[in-house]
Amino acid sequence: MTVWPVVLVVGVATVAFKSAGPVLLGRRSLPPALAGVVGLLGPVLLAALVVTQTVGGDNRLVLDARLAGVGAAAIAIAMRAPLPAVVVVAAAATALVRLIV
Amino acid sequence: MSSKQVSYGEEMRTVWAIAVTVLFFGASFGLLARAAGLGVLAPLVMSATTFAGSAQFAAASILGTSGAVAAAIAAAVLLNVRYVPISISVASLFRGPRLRRLAESQLIVDESWALSSRGGGRFDRGLLIRAGLILYACWVGGTAVGVVGGSALGNPKDLGLDGAFPALFLALLVPQLVDARRRAAAFLGGAIALVLIPFTPPGVPIVAASAACLLGLRARS
Repeated sequence: MTVWPVVLVVGVATVAFKSAGPVLLGRRSLPPALAGVVGLLGPVLLAALVVTQTVGGDNRLVLDARLAGVGAAAIAIAMRAPLPAVVVVAAAATALVRLIV
Repeated sequence: MSSKQVSYGEEMRTVWAIAVTVLFFGASFGLLARAAGLGVLAPLVMSATTFAGSAQFAAASILGTSGAVAAAIAAAVLLNVRYVPISISVASLFRGPRLRRLAESQLIVDESWALSSRGGGRFDRGLLIRAGLILYACWVGGTAVGVVGGSALGNPKDLGLDGAFPALFLALLVPQLVDARRRAAAFLGGAIALVLIPFTPPGVPIVAASAACLLGLRARS
């Protein structure tokens, strides 16, 4: 069985990663210089997730229907559509373009 | 704070929209893992303990195509290193004894973290826990559906669900771009990720993008 070592090691590593901040730092307040850095984690990681989930592939950039989904989402966001609508519009546009192309 | 106020009802509707998406992806993970020869129990245990979609997909597909244990572990672990900076960003939300913080922090997943983000480095603890619990149930439940024969659900890509995740992250990012520093950091982070995608294993671009946070070192009085 080659499966279980993978399940075990990946599971333990992920539990450790997810608990790193809450267990090691907890509510301890950070030094001001570091707080400025941590405060930017939100926008920075969200931007990186947008990019990797839109054009990320297996060691290459992949331009596919996801781009249309994110483009449609951008328009919906600019029109101040509510969040659930943005998600639905993106899925619909992605599916539509995939169907046609 | 100038980030837009979202009502509780709208927040929960978004959680449920994402939950349906996660359910489908859980089912497709179960299906793929079963097809890759991982059996029934291992994919379920993996979803219950790892609870991170992209890493699980990577591990299952590498095991299925080459059976290379070390490569499967390396790919999945690299994909999940991003949870170190992500968990640091929400560290202050977790209270109580170490074991409780360890358990609750397992509900951190890209989507629950992103949904709970309020801008300005603030996060909504209640929403993170609620969304995390719902998404956890959907991910593990979806995996169960998939391993016992979820082909009836169809391919999530045909439904465009892979376009829904980046859209969610974009919709949650935009209200956070309230000042020049945040806009610059987000742009730099996105650019780092984009440039690295072709040259590094998946997972590395997101972790490397964290370096853009160093813009926050510039002294503010």
